[in-house]
Amino acid sequence: MATHPAEAGAGHDAHAHHAEQSFFQKYVFSTDHKMIAMQYLFTGMAMAVVGGFFSYVFRMQMAYPGADVPFWGIVTPAAYNTLVTNHGAIMIFWVAMPVLIAAFGNYLIPLMLGCDDMVFPRLNRLSYQIFLLSALVLFSSFFVKGGGFGGAWTMYPPLSAKAEFSLTPGGSTIFVVAVALEFVAFLMGGINFVTTTMNARAPGMKMYDIPMVVWMIVIASILFMASVGPLIAGAVMLVFDQTLGTAFFDPNRGGDPILWQHLFWFFGHPEVYVVLLPAVGIVADIITVFSRKKLFAYKTVLYTAIATGVLSFTVWAHHQFIAGIDPRMANVFTVTTLLISVPIAEMMFVYIATLYGGSITLATPMLWALGFIGTFLVGGVTGIFLGASGSDIYLHDTYFVLAHFHYTFYPIAIVGTFAGFTYWFPKMFGKMMNETLGKIHFWITIVAFNGIFMPLFVTGILGDNRRIPDHRIYPELNTPMLNGLREFATIALVIMLLAQALFFYNLITSLLWGKKAGKNPWKANTLEWTADSPPPHGNWKELPQVYRGPYEYSVPGRKEDYWPQNLPN
Amino acid sequence: MSSARPIATTRSTAGMPTGRLAVWWLIASEIVIFGGLLASYIMFRISHDAFAEQAAHTNTWIGAFNTVVLLTSSLMAVQAHKAADRGDGPGAARFLYLTAAGGITFAVVKALEWTSEIQHGFTITSSTFWSFYYTAAGLHAAHVLAGVVIMLIVAASAKRYEEMQRVELIGIYWHFVDIVWIFLFPLLYIAK
Repeated sequence: MATHPAEAGAGHDAHAHHAEQSFFQKYVFSTDHKMIAMQYLFTGMAMAVVGGFFSYVFRMQMAYPGADVPFWGIVTPAAYNTLVTNHGAIMIFWVAMPVLIAAFGNYLIPLMLGCDDMVFPRLNRLSYQIFLLSALVLFSSFFVKGGGFGGAWTMYPPLSAKAEFSLTPGGSTIFVVAVALEFVAFLMGGINFVTTTMNARAPGMKMYDIPMVVWMIVIASILFMASVGPLIAGAVMLVFDQTLGTAFFDPNRGGDPILWQHLFWFFGHPEVYVVLLPAVGIVADIITVFSRKKLFAYKTVLYTAIATGVLSFTVWAHHQFIAGIDPRMANVFTVTTLLISVPIAEMMFVYIATLYGGSITLATPMLWALGFIGTFLVGGVTGIFLGASGSDIYLHDTYFVLAHFHYTFYPIAIVGTFAGFTYWFPKMFGKMMNETLGKIHFWITIVAFNGIFMPLFVTGILGDNRRIPDHRIYPELNTPMLNGLREFATIALVIMLLAQALFFYNLITSLLWGKKAGKNPWKANTLEWTADSPPPHGNWKELPQVYRGPYEYSVPGRKEDYWPQNLPN
Repeated sequence: MSSARPIATTRSTAGMPTGRLAVWWLIASEIVIFGGLLASYIMFRISHDAFAEQAAHTNTWIGAFNTVVLLTSSLMAVQAHKAADRGDGPGAARFLYLTAAGGITFAVVKALEWTSEIQHGFTITSSTFWSFYYTAAGLHAAHVLAGVVIMLIVAASAKRYEEMQRVELIGIYWHFVDIVWIFLFPLLYIAK
């Protein structure tokens, strides 16, 4: 067998370490996984502020149509479309993915696996740079002639394929290019995550000793890699339709617009699980630490995650029940869609079983983790109505759909992120966050979140269509009840957005004056807590050995209620 | 700018060198890109009889010639891997140059072929068949050109006995590019 261990070339590449790195080397062109994680994290946060601001503007238009929105002005129908489209795209591609997968993945994978960096540090750096470029390209689309793309983040042709329909000749192409660049960045990141986890684990760390969050990020990366290809091909075809005048999606000239929907949702539905799984993993790690109990069924969670991943490739056409697909096909996709709730429900039951009988501490990260379970359940249960083709035909394209997917994405991208961020903050920055402020922030955010989307379930059932920029022209949608619910949702949104100031205040004051965190403030088992806080370049002076699984809490016969993975006994 | 290679890169818990593992994952993600494109093409092909008339205008002999060129270049990539295994860096580089020459020949023939087709009025907008023809073959040709560039870089370092493990990696990638063509050739040229 011919093997070429990487050491063969190591001699060439090993330049001496410079003790002093310049500002640019340390913060901008760093290859250190922790710095790249920070870059992803803070870029994602900045994008979340942009996406949140967009939602504020169009929600104001919903509640007070035609009004002069503070910090924006009058919302024209074109601006409304652009805002909604880019809110969706930003929150999924430029917030949920970079924060949940890239930031936590980059930060946690090497630390939790006990190695000094990702296996391809420079590829990692390139991945972030392309990601940043994609965000800048997206922003540039707002400033070209015709303005930013407004054909929804799903980019359905023929609306997206022709400038005379979308009225954004430049914006729509730049939008597709930005999304494609973002995919390239995450393909690079994904290859790095999977290869690192397969090859660079600490000596002694077996498959079932890998912390759940790492497993979930790896499964998510594989799902992403396996599902995004057809959409990349589709994006090329769409750009050709837009710029060269081909007719892949133009039914008048032999194309098929439904083809795009298949290519998009073949990626788009697994994508839901791509962002869900890391959040589920974060929650698993947090609830075991804060209930001082072993994860109820490690292998069940792992296998259900894999089952979810496999099933997620068979559900995509439930987005097309009213797009004119064969009703027999709709039956098949109803069955697979309802089936996928089984593994997810199983995970939730495992988490509840883990909590059962534990010594629960309601610290801020734990509150977020529990908040995730509670809110995500609502999202999952309302999905049943939409997965069943019969009820979906009625509810399709109403605010019910919108409320449903916000009840899944919000717990994932916002609640999951806050859970992870508050939990690993001591490790990332060496300081503790303020618990009181953290709890106030949690309660306002979670209550206000429910205040936004609970009313929208109701407006959706009452028939409110989600793509109307001004309801006043439809008398049946302009009733006092609907308007009241819309206004309620908008007020809740404004409260929710304002509450984030508390978080940023807490973040900055904790960074400056927070209590020093030791190596292991939460008394957790996983390897990252054996490094210094924050870990230096290279993470450990001597890389750790692993002797057991990550969830050995309250083991009978031990004096302490935790048993770090790196202790021989 | 490049710092020392981290210890992580030199570990191989899965029993496979890290570089080779990563190339396989890269190829896995590429397979779905071409898979999505070709699946779309096949769906159209089955439901549109007009595709067959259009496909009759492609030149099977040029396609066959290019197939032979690519397969031969893959043989050279194998020879380069063998030379690298023996520790013969300059030998590996020589075979890589031959492989790259195959890739360049392929691209030149493709360019001439497209020129003549465009002159006969078959452009990317002529019909959906030609849109797929140029998109699929163009995406593949972009992979060929990228492969040639990477191959020349790898050859230059192999010549100095550096990073010899990369000879195998670019070879794996080149076989993948080759296999994509093995799918494209019958789909675009033979099925008429």
